[in-house]
Amino acid sequence: MTQYERFLDTFFNPAVMAKYLPNIVEGLLVTCQIAILVVVSGILFGLALALLRSYRWTPVNLFIIFFVDMCRALPPLVLILILYFGLPNVGLTMSGYVVLWLVLTCVLAAFSEEIFWAGILSVDKGQWMASRSTGMSYTQTLLNVVLPQAIRMTIPPLTNRTIAITKNTALGMVIGVDELLNEATTAQAFSGNATPLMMGAIAYLMLFVPVVYLGRYIEHRFAWRKA
Amino acid sequence: MDALLHQFFNFDIMMQASPIILRGFGMTLLLCLVVVPMGLLGGLVVALASLSSVRAVRWTTIIFVDLFRAIPPLALLIFISAGLPFADIRISPFTAVCISFLLNNSAYYGEIYRSGIESIGSGQTDASRSTGLSAAQTMAYVILPQAVRNVLPDLVSNTVEVVKLTSLASVVAFAELLYAADMARSVTYNASPITFAAVLYLVVLWPVVRLLSRLENKIQN
Repeated sequence: MTQYERFLDTFFNPAVMAKYLPNIVEGLLVTCQIAILVVVSGILFGLALALLRSYRWTPVNLFIIFFVDMCRALPPLVLILILYFGLPNVGLTMSGYVVLWLVLTCVLAAFSEEIFWAGILSVDKGQWMASRSTGMSYTQTLLNVVLPQAIRMTIPPLTNRTIAITKNTALGMVIGVDELLNEATTAQAFSGNATPLMMGAIAYLMLFVPVVYLGRYIEHRFAWRKA
Repeated sequence: MDALLHQFFNFDIMMQASPIILRGFGMTLLLCLVVVPMGLLGGLVVALASLSSVRAVRWTTIIFVDLFRAIPPLALLIFISAGLPFADIRISPFTAVCISFLLNNSAYYGEIYRSGIESIGSGQTDASRSTGLSAAQTMAYVILPQAVRNVLPDLVSNTVEVVKLTSLASVVAFAELLYAADMARSVTYNASPITFAAVLYLVVLWPVVRLLSRLENKIQN
């Protein structure tokens, strides 16, 4: 066997590929599923927190700021391990899937709260005064006048942050979630061949390269329209 | 409530585990001292290459950046530490962490530097070149200092992310803070060592996060 053939046999082995393709596809689907769930729940939760914060009730705001700071300062893997291994001993057992979803949702909520909040603050005070003086209530002003303007500003940073946090679905491997990375490493261990790792890498690229490009496009488009 | 305190804030267990956790904390700091400067330097190279006048260099860099921004950091680390031995390249967990962090961080820091450099008007370049500075001198003495100042909050925020990412090294059995804490957890059947590790992460990162969030809101105002 030449060097080149050995390389192909180790990293691009057709037999191994055919055997483990279903596992990799299954892992890819689980990764997509968690990613979509996290994006939806994380952004909605973050938006809710930012709106709540704008009412400026001190105890609520202190709690929000504390929650956001914790989720921003702690590595997600630390949160995952604490919940996954700590909670069962106090009688609350959650599957790895739920723990992963919960932690990533909180982390994304924390980052998006900060972004939405900065967006709300950036809307000119005159907008508030004008709407309130037409007789709109505080909540009406917030939802109908301020928020639509704030959200435009938040889209580029929000997109980038969301992409970065979605990639953390790979952390599920550590607590046994059947996502892509887990399937790839398991298949590599069973087959004793590096081909499943290659397939995993290619699957991640197929999933996230378009997303990264979408992020780039959104960033440019909104930056241009702002100027 | 007692069960909760016993499970997450058990001081006896924290004290027992403190020697290995503190050693792990030292390793985490050491790891940061290696990977952060490496990323900052690698990012600068990537940024300069992505603005090169040679098209081939520019395109290669863009592909590099997009590739490593698209792969999850943990996946990259696992692929490198589990994949390279198949190519008969034996590396220690530390080397695997360094390689994967260099690839991932250079791409992220590179994008930040690039947006900083692009935020400086071309008049600056024209003016410095016309005073007789070379292209390299213009970049080093005129453009970069202003560019870095413009993106300083982003650089700091990315550095916070890098410090948090060092916790991934625990997955490939590099004995840093989270690895030590998780070892202690599995021996004691108690989550307090991880809480202890979380407190140590907070001691380092919370002040920086606070500062960043004030900075972000100030800029918006």
